[in-house]
Amino acid sequence: MELYDVWFILIAVLWTGYFFLEGFDFGVGVLTKVLARDRKERRVLINTIGPVWDGNEVWLLTAGGATFAAFPEWYATLFSGFYLPLLLILVALIVRGVAFEYRHKRDEDRWQTNWEHAIFWTSLLPAFLWGVAFGNIVRGVAIDQEKEYVGGFFDLLNPYALLGGLVTLTLFTFHGAVFVALKTVGDIRVRARKLATGVGLVTAVLAVLWLGWTQLEKGDAVSLVAMLAAAGALVGAIAMNQRGREGWAFALSGVTIVAAVAMLFLTLFPNVMPSTLNEEWSLTVSNASSTPYTLKIMTWCAGIATPLVLLYQSWTYWVFRKRIGTQHLADVH
Amino acid sequence: MDIALAPETLARWQFGITTVYHFLFVPLTISLASLVAGLETAWVRTGKEKYLRATKFWGRLFLINIAMGVVTGIVQEFQFGMNWSDYSRFVGDIFGAPLAFEALIAFFFESTFIGLWIFGWDKLPKKIHAACMWMVAIGTVLSAYFILAANSWMQHPVGYRINEESGRAELTDFLAVLTQDTTVVVVFHTLTAAFLAGGAFMVGIAAVHLRRGRHLPEMRTSLRLGLVTLVVGGLLTAVSGDRLSKVMYEQQPMKMASAEALWDTEAPAPFSVFAYGDVDEGHNKVAIEIPGLLSFLAHSDLETEVPGINDVNEDLREQYGPGDYRPNIPVAYWGFRWMIGFGMVSFAIGVVGLYLTRNKLWLAPRLRTTEDEKPRLALTRERELGAVLTGWYWKLAVLTIGFPLLASSWGWIFTEMARQPWVVYGVLRTEDAVSPGVTQGEVLLSMSVFTLLYAILAVIEVKLLVKYVKAGPPELTEADLNPPTKIGGDDDDADADRPMAFSY
Repeated sequence: MELYDVWFILIAVLWTGYFFLEGFDFGVGVLTKVLARDRKERRVLINTIGPVWDGNEVWLLTAGGATFAAFPEWYATLFSGFYLPLLLILVALIVRGVAFEYRHKRDEDRWQTNWEHAIFWTSLLPAFLWGVAFGNIVRGVAIDQEKEYVGGFFDLLNPYALLGGLVTLTLFTFHGAVFVALKTVGDIRVRARKLATGVGLVTAVLAVLWLGWTQLEKGDAVSLVAMLAAAGALVGAIAMNQRGREGWAFALSGVTIVAAVAMLFLTLFPNVMPSTLNEEWSLTVSNASSTPYTLKIMTWCAGIATPLVLLYQSWTYWVFRKRIGTQHLADVH
Repeated sequence: MDIALAPETLARWQFGITTVYHFLFVPLTISLASLVAGLETAWVRTGKEKYLRATKFWGRLFLINIAMGVVTGIVQEFQFGMNWSDYSRFVGDIFGAPLAFEALIAFFFESTFIGLWIFGWDKLPKKIHAACMWMVAIGTVLSAYFILAANSWMQHPVGYRINEESGRAELTDFLAVLTQDTTVVVVFHTLTAAFLAGGAFMVGIAAVHLRRGRHLPEMRTSLRLGLVTLVVGGLLTAVSGDRLSKVMYEQQPMKMASAEALWDTEAPAPFSVFAYGDVDEGHNKVAIEIPGLLSFLAHSDLETEVPGINDVNEDLREQYGPGDYRPNIPVAYWGFRWMIGFGMVSFAIGVVGLYLTRNKLWLAPRLRTTEDEKPRLALTRERELGAVLTGWYWKLAVLTIGFPLLASSWGWIFTEMARQPWVVYGVLRTEDAVSPGVTQGEVLLSMSVFTLLYAILAVIEVKLLVKYVKAGPPELTEADLNPPTKIGGDDDDADADRPMAFSY
């Protein structure tokens, strides 16, 4: 195995970490409109992710930075090619971060309502768009001989990618609902559990369609295993949630995300971005990667830093392990 | 195509706007993290409530500020790929590594511990809570280090070779990138300037309250802490700035010649106080100069030759082929002066303030907190200095908040624009770095969106800052004074439904 193969796996791990972690905080953001009945309940939802959403988002920045360093050609083609969707995602992430931090900083009703709208839309939009982006990466886009994307914005909105967007949106919402059930007490917890079942079933239908489509077009035996694991974990998560085993349900909805992302990357390999114009022009792990020297340095860095990151981020979740409910929020704000 | 609307020009404008905006928040974030951590440590060690109130007051302003710093930083990382894809392809092997290091080592650290700090008031024992803020402070410094290492490589590329076959730059010595003199000096200069900015911020806001005689214990402590930070930071910024200009005279002679509007090579070279020139003809029409000073600044003696713009341009033509290698000289000349000017003024205000607030001598009688303090200034032994003069100082102190931020904005505009036409000095031209596939319309759209969004956020941010500055330090509650003794909070059944100390 070459170093660039290792880095392909590491990039996949970073995206998996990102979707696992920010997946549930996107989901919680979407649920602020779907699940919460009043401002206080919305605040409970927002505070379940309060201490951790920022750390979750860094997984994206790391995935971006690591792609730049390990696969500059991939980074360049992907980010310049998907210019407008990325612009939308960036704007959403900017507004979202500010919304969390600023919503409670003034007491006026209008101020808070506006930021709450913002939290909903800026959670929903990226949750959907990441699925669209990955759909296009896996399926391949129009890349020319110079490794440039030559398609337009609307080429990215094809049925396969849009279905991918719906899958990530519903899957993250399900993941978020399970997380809310795990982190809250009282009425919200009961309703979150109930809602999770419904969203989970919709997710299951969409995910089976999309992953099945992917498997038929691109899959092999290994990706089939990953797909079945994702499907099995999703069914398990729904069942565990039904029985009120929230910890297990969350672990399994996480496994669903891990297995689904693994499947996408398995169908991609050894390409990192296939060309639909000519197979010869596809970006692959070898023709898009950095030199072995850079990859070696990066490997050392990742080898030392990643376990540490996992350690202190896990510690955060342990520090904030207590469930919260409406009674834990003071009446001000 | 109209050059003013060429994708390259627009992409440069976008990068400039988003970076300068991002960098309004960075210096404050870097310095306030340490200052807040210091105040909290003082509380943990002495138990004095004024330190805790000050921690909470400055902590809140810090959080409003860092929120903007974080979200605007995301744009920077993505822009390389979005707008400068040919640059990313060419240098990704080298430039990507420090960026990835920043995310893996610094940014994870910073953002995780900031979450612990914000929500941890009733979950962490006070020592661990204070330690979290120190972790954030370390994270911000590391973050600055890796980003500046990447930028310094663009200013002065080292530890690489050009692969003839692929036409790309390849990394050969990563340690050289991290430890080259440009990186070290730039990091020092940027960090000290950050403390200049943080000190001025603290001084200015403390002045707002002190002028009205409010929150004396916290604000007097803050004023002194701010003044010391401002003066020490200012002094070190000047020292590192001098060192940096000497490095640049060696590495980028064109940049420094432009900064001085020195058209022709001279020995000894004069320092320009004011110049108005003709760029096309390549000479100054009006020039007020101090003889020999530039030689001294560049090489520490009064005689040495300093190369001028016209001669360096000739040299560069010989080396890299025909073309114009001069940057925008008025921007370089005035950017350099605004940077130094605003920095110096802030420093001077700090020195005056430090003098005026010497031990037990305060600016106005009502600012006494103990009986033994003499209610006067040192200028006269028995008489108070006039209320008018003290009033002036407070107003000046408030203005100082903006000066270091202007200084660092101009510093970046100078250092980036005076490197043109190179994006990587001597290696890659800016015109060859832009994304070929991104259209004029796309860049125009994104630039408008970012600019508009940033303008709106600026208004919101400033209004919030003003609101929380006016509110002053918060009253402390029982919970604040009795932090938990166990990680995760004390397990007291009676308190199971107690409201959280902090919630969104």
